Amino acid sequence: MMLKAENLNVYYGPIHAVKGVSFEVNEGEVVTLIGANGAGKSTSLKTVSGLMRSRGGAIEFMGKSIASTPAHKIVELGIAHVPEGRRIFTSMTVEENLDMGAFTVRGGNIDADKERVFEQFPRLKERRKQIAGTLSGGEQQMLAMGRALMSHPKLLMLDEPSMGLAPILVEQVFDIIAALHKAGTTILLVEQNAEMALSIADRAYVMETGRITFSGTGKELAASEDVQKAYLGG
Amino acid sequence: MKFLAYLVSGISLGSIYAIIALGYTMVYGIAKMLNFAHGDVIMVGGYISFLAATNLGLPVLLSVLVAMVFCTVLGIVIEGLAYRPLRSAPSLAVLITAIGVSYFLQNAALLIFGANPKAYTPVVSGTLKLFDGQLSISYVSIVTVICCIVIMLALTAFTGKTRMGKAMRACSEDKGAAQLMGINVNRTISLTFAIGSALAAVAGALLCSFSPTLMPTTGSMPGIKAFTAAVFGGIGSIPGAFIGGILLGVIEALGRAYISTQLSNSIVFAVLIIILLVRPAGLLGKRTQEKV
Ligand SMILES: Nc1ncnc2c1ncn2[C@@H]1O[C@H](COP(=O)(O)OP(=O)(O)OP(=O)(O)O)[C@@H](O)[C@H]1O
Ligand SMILES: [Mg+2]
Repeated sequence: MMLKAENLNVYYGPIHAVKGVSFEVNEGEVVTLIGANGAGKSTSLKTVSGLMRSRGGAIEFMGKSIASTPAHKIVELGIAHVPEGRRIFTSMTVEENLDMGAFTVRGGNIDADKERVFEQFPRLKERRKQIAGTLSGGEQQMLAMGRALMSHPKLLMLDEPSMGLAPILVEQVFDIIAALHKAGTTILLVEQNAEMALSIADRAYVMETGRITFSGTGKELAASEDVQKAYLGG
Repeated sequence: MKFLAYLVSGISLGSIYAIIALGYTMVYGIAKMLNFAHGDVIMVGGYISFLAATNLGLPVLLSVLVAMVFCTVLGIVIEGLAYRPLRSAPSLAVLITAIGVSYFLQNAALLIFGANPKAYTPVVSGTLKLFDGQLSISYVSIVTVICCIVIMLALTAFTGKTRMGKAMRACSEDKGAAQLMGINVNRTISLTFAIGSALAAVAGALLCSFSPTLMPTTGSMPGIKAFTAAVFGGIGSIPGAFIGGILLGVIEALGRAYISTQLSNSIVFAVLIIILLVRPAGLLGKRTQEKV
């Protein structure tokens, strides 16, 4: 098992945002976390990447506890987190953003890694010297994903990569996720677009107001009446 | 010719403001706090280079180097002890703490070095005479201007080109995202304080070379002026601090010469207010234009 989160309880001051949540991701899987606004999906990801801390519970990555590892060390262990809202460095160029993504890579061939990202996202290549804040929303999403890939993650966590994108771009983003999966990257995907997410996921968890209310294979969830009603408009 | 002399003195005074302002602006840019104790680190730098030169008999350059090392450590310690625990506290709490650190340093200096001013030996002496002696420029002025330009260029290259420099810019923009890149935010902020404080030591030696009376309050007024210069140029911006510092020095020198000696400080602050009314973000400040 690659990632195992057990009994996470996360608070924002008095707000109990994540209540006893457990989930796991096996090597090579695409696992999706879906649920309504405010369910605690982003908070769960932030807790895995170390930006938030759980009170009690446990988080293990590749058999090692990371519950109290500082966020910048967790990246080094092989978890890359593309946060909600992209959070690219808007005053830096596209290329400098990629350099930041490679911050933990010492002694590797960063230029070759950049070329690999540019192959995946050709639009970024044409804009490598452009200030990232002037990119379109879709380009910014690609940059955020490319930047995360620069650290050679074993586990890639994506928080709503399709947010605010036109349908054609959503397709493109999901194609890229599928390609990354095929190339062996393990993916934990948070999505509002449940239908798309379930179409590529091996397994899925449904979150509601801080709790996981349903879990199963993508097919099982897609077939579940409750999930259908709540998220797929069926 | 008189005007030229005033201009030269303004530019060299402004270069000192600029060096201090660079420290202010870097710390503000990365830690998002106004380190009001910055001016007092200048004073400490002055005392340390003074002691190293007079008591230990070290050569000037070496004594300034000792002061830089001392202030670097001091900056890191201040940040670690006083500011780091307040990282997620309201900014007013941090500001008050900074004022507290400022008073602490002044009073510690008062206790250790006493209230009597020390006579500082300038880092270089002598003057350059131009136009048959009509215009004389002290070597301290020349050294100051050169130092300032070198520092500004070095900081620009550092933040623009190096891995750690880019990490600083990343932290300045979004600390959470910087952490997700694997950047150690605390260490980056420490480094910023280290650089700012080392610059403060240089500024201290140059400042005391201009006006050779060294007292525990020596750093206060230049600190406030340099803060003004940083705001003037657009706080957070390195070229802004440079231009802001130089302009402030020139305005002060010309104001003192042509309007009033007593009012020169008021003139400086009046110009600041006017500039900020016209350009709220300062001369080179970023107007928020980011796409979300
Ligand atoms: N910085 C914060 N301060 C206070 N409360 C927060 C903060 N961030 C999130 N919350 C609260 O925590 C709960 C979970 O938020 P979270 O962002 O994890 O939800 P989410 O499932 O990602 O929602 P969405 O689909 O809208 O992104 C919400 O009730 C939210 O209001
Ligand atoms: Mg969210």
